[in-house]
Amino acid sequence: MDYVIVGAGPAGVIAAETLAGLEPGADITLVSGEPEPPYSRMAIPYLLAEDIAEEGTHLRHTAGHYDARGIRVVHERVARLDPAARTLAFEGGGSRTYGKLLLATGAAPVRPPIPGMDLAKVKSCWTLADARQIIAGTKPGDRVVLMGAGFIGCIILEALVARKVKLTVIEMADRMVARMMDKTGGDMIGDWCRGQGVDVMTATRVTGIEEKVDGSLSLSLEGKEPVAADLVVCATGVRSNIGFLEGSGIDTGQGVLIDNYMATNLPDIYAAGDVAQGLDFSTGGHDVHAIQPTASEHGRVAARNMAGHRTAYRGSLVMNTLNTLGLISTSYGLWDGAEGGDEVVSLDRENARYLRLSFQGDVLVGALALGLTQHVGVLRGLIQTKVPLGKWKKVLQDDPHQIMTVYLACVQDATRRRAA
Amino acid sequence: MQKSLLIDPDKCTSCLQCEMACSFEHEGVFNPARSRIKIFEFEHGKRAVPYTCTQCAEAWCLHACPVEALVRNKTTGAVEVRDEICVGCKVCTIACPFGTVNYNPDSGKVIKCDLCGGDPQCAAACPTEAITYVDSAWTGYERMQAWAVKTDTKAATA
Repeated sequence: MDYVIVGAGPAGVIAAETLAGLEPGADITLVSGEPEPPYSRMAIPYLLAEDIAEEGTHLRHTAGHYDARGIRVVHERVARLDPAARTLAFEGGGSRTYGKLLLATGAAPVRPPIPGMDLAKVKSCWTLADARQIIAGTKPGDRVVLMGAGFIGCIILEALVARKVKLTVIEMADRMVARMMDKTGGDMIGDWCRGQGVDVMTATRVTGIEEKVDGSLSLSLEGKEPVAADLVVCATGVRSNIGFLEGSGIDTGQGVLIDNYMATNLPDIYAAGDVAQGLDFSTGGHDVHAIQPTASEHGRVAARNMAGHRTAYRGSLVMNTLNTLGLISTSYGLWDGAEGGDEVVSLDRENARYLRLSFQGDVLVGALALGLTQHVGVLRGLIQTKVPLGKWKKVLQDDPHQIMTVYLACVQDATRRRAA
Repeated sequence: MQKSLLIDPDKCTSCLQCEMACSFEHEGVFNPARSRIKIFEFEHGKRAVPYTCTQCAEAWCLHACPVEALVRNKTTGAVEVRDEICVGCKVCTIACPFGTVNYNPDSGKVIKCDLCGGDPQCAAACPTEAITYVDSAWTGYERMQAWAVKTDTKAATA
């Protein structure tokens, strides 16, 4: 079979490797839209912080890794898909046919539609090329404004602080990381950052950016005094890369719509990762989950189905973890509560500790934590196995920090039941 | 023959020798807080369960790692952290549904059981054979069955 995978992020690479494992000798082409070897965007903040060199961002580290598996890596950007002719047209002019196709084109940053966003000193931080520009364009003491304090904004935040710039964070929402933290948790992260000298402005809208004669930037804010900057880093969200699919007949919503076998509405075309709008474990609906674990699972499950090993995907569980200047935050599933469910909260603002567990009946369906670094994963275990907590729910209601004890007790109970 | 840790909670006295040995082997200090194996106590200390990574076949941690910092040791079967590659993103800590990969804020990397390269110090230190290092063939279904039988007997005689 002639497999073509468009996109060389984690979903694409893992799909290619899985295909190579399932079908030795298959013709596998991995189409990368960037010049570098396949790399992880998640590692870019550590490059900015100068913890690692560029090679440290690469997804695979062994020389000849792709060749050894019969995976051909080509560097092209896809301009159009013609499903009738089973052909991809490249921006550079060439084209290529496929037997089975995986769309793993990821996502790309979006910028708010305000004046000045096209100025040279307004940067995104998404690709290695972006990272190089930010490294070259900042020196200690520079005034940097970070627009957007979502997940990506926050991991960049840490890296910018490590670069010793004077940092101001401007976020439109009423709190930091609004899509992974409730108001309490988001505000605690904001206070933590302020305590470490980062100026955090939430519920603040930038209305325009202009360049002054001295080369510095001025950001106009709604209802507030303007802010001066030497550089602006824009992290105001990402959107699935589906533009090239226009007119192809592929069903799209926010991303490419896929069924539980990672297949699109068109024959022999699948999608995975940030570009795919797939099954959500918690809601049963279809959503884009632009997170690493989803990309990895999508890639594996898609490859299995492409190779004819019909494998249903049980849905991706939303999960995030973040280190904001030493404060670790985590959230899972329905962290903001479930309809008709109940919850338990443990809050210690002074020591920046927070744990909120959401239940539906006696099943854990969501969790949110600040300052938790030990055995965090059991939260996933309990949510994803939907294990009935029974009498152990009361233990968690009395003290949510008993999560590990409750997990072990439930595992033992389940083992006993299975053997009975 | 590949070997695995076999844990028999019935024999555990919660002496914490395993945690001490583990932290000394990996961190050079006798400090249970730095251990990769943990004893959990139930019923106010009446029952103790040593708990660590089972080196599961699924290896959620390994697959979730964005930079290939987690690799399986072909000799021991353990999934090991390559410290020089780990960037400390912690995705593995939330991806492991068993909660056995933890973030170490001091090093900025993650830590997990690596079977000490094939000579697990927790098993060597355990005075009651609650932790043993045995042929892997015995640690799958049979182990579960053996454990279940024990707990059932206990329930019947309770």
